[in-house]
Amino acid sequence: MAGIKVFGNATSPSTRRVLLALHEKNLDFELVNIDLKDGEHKKEPFLSRNPFGKVPAFEDGDLKLFESRAITQYIAHRYESQGTNLLPADSKNPAHYAIMAIGMEVEAHQFDPVASKLVWEQVIKNFVGLTTDQAVVAEEEAKLVKVLDVYEARLKEFKYLAGETFTLTDLHHIPVVQYLLGTPTKKLFTERPRVNEWVAEVTKRPASQKILK
Amino acid sequence: MEDQKMKLHCGFIFSNWTAMFGLHEKSLDFELVFVDWVAGEARTKTFLSNLNPFGQVPVLEDGDLKLFESKAITRYLAEQYKDVGTDLLPNDAKERAIVSMWMEIDTNQFLPLASTLIRELVTKPYQGLATDFTSVQENKEKLSEVLNIYEARLGESCYLAGESFTLADLHHLPPIHYMLKMEEEGVKDLIYSRPNVTAWVEKMQSRPAWLKTVVKGDHIFELMKQRRMPMQLDSPCQEVTGLAQKTAMVTENT
Repeated sequence: MAGIKVFGNATSPSTRRVLLALHEKNLDFELVNIDLKDGEHKKEPFLSRNPFGKVPAFEDGDLKLFESRAITQYIAHRYESQGTNLLPADSKNPAHYAIMAIGMEVEAHQFDPVASKLVWEQVIKNFVGLTTDQAVVAEEEAKLVKVLDVYEARLKEFKYLAGETFTLTDLHHIPVVQYLLGTPTKKLFTERPRVNEWVAEVTKRPASQKILK
Repeated sequence: MEDQKMKLHCGFIFSNWTAMFGLHEKSLDFELVFVDWVAGEARTKTFLSNLNPFGQVPVLEDGDLKLFESKAITRYLAEQYKDVGTDLLPNDAKERAIVSMWMEIDTNQFLPLASTLIRELVTKPYQGLATDFTSVQENKEKLSEVLNIYEARLGESCYLAGESFTLADLHHLPPIHYMLKMEEEGVKDLIYSRPNVTAWVEKMQSRPAWLKTVVKGDHIFELMKQRRMPMQLDSPCQEVTGLAQKTAMVTENT
């Protein structure tokens, strides 16, 4: 069996995105720790795996990849018949796939830039001893509200973001959502009944619990 | 039942060019519906509830299916119309993964920098707003580092994901096209000082589908100019209505 290796850091949301997909699929893999504090991701040999100097990097036999959302898509397709299906039920239907793809793009363009800034201000800065800038938090929360309002409407129609089943679209949100649940920003989720339910659903999944350890 | 043409709701922004480029590569007929998002036409109740709740163009209508986000649109076209026009996605899972990876690199590494330059040097002046030149300088420097990686990659293969043109390459051309039109010192040079990147861009620019896209893109810009002139503090505000119609402008795809 081809060896799957992830070169990343267990605390990084991008690394966790990949670990989630691997756990959902019950795949064996090795996590090779990259020390972010030490700048290991900006030096060789990691740079040969990802010249942009970001975790995670990934290997499956002779395939070498980076960018977490490309890796999760590969895992979802290559191991489609194993573990949880992370693609739409009718994955060969381009129209159904497109609906999931829209959700993945929305997560990457609308949700993640804003949510990641909120994690930076409220979690990472505290961790390294810097002060949270509350003005930035307020600004970014105002943007997040607009996105979550769209999600609330969406989730009134469907159980998950791309339809009735859990897919990559939902999975991609989990690591950053988990961090935000430990901050005051959590209220933006709890204030919206369907979003709140969805957050509870996706974070209680066994794979989602595994990545927190 | 008569086949309905696809509709592309389109405005003044490079992601619209990307959607059009995809449609032309696939030799697909479509109706171009001009949306003046600068004037708020993408934020009307109708647009938000029927087309895109995030109030952005482009939006593609194919029968009952409504799609937004240019990468979702082009991926749909590549799959749904796989047997027509250019093949934009490989079949093999590993090769496809490499294409996905370069599309993610576009989204996360290249586009944030290129789109900031476009916003500061094209969109803001058009709207009569001031350019933040510190931001421009910062983004030029970061983009230079990113393009060094592209230069190395394009020394290994003709296109980003291998020897064939794919969606990964397609998505890069519209923002690069805008960059090459910028007067600001050093922006064009980001491309032209790198021989492999230059060769890649020039190969793509000669594609028939791209040439058709440029014609359509320039047409949209003309529609924008006919709608209004930018606000000038020292001259009276003019609203040029002329040919501009509030209703959709239909263009035949040739």
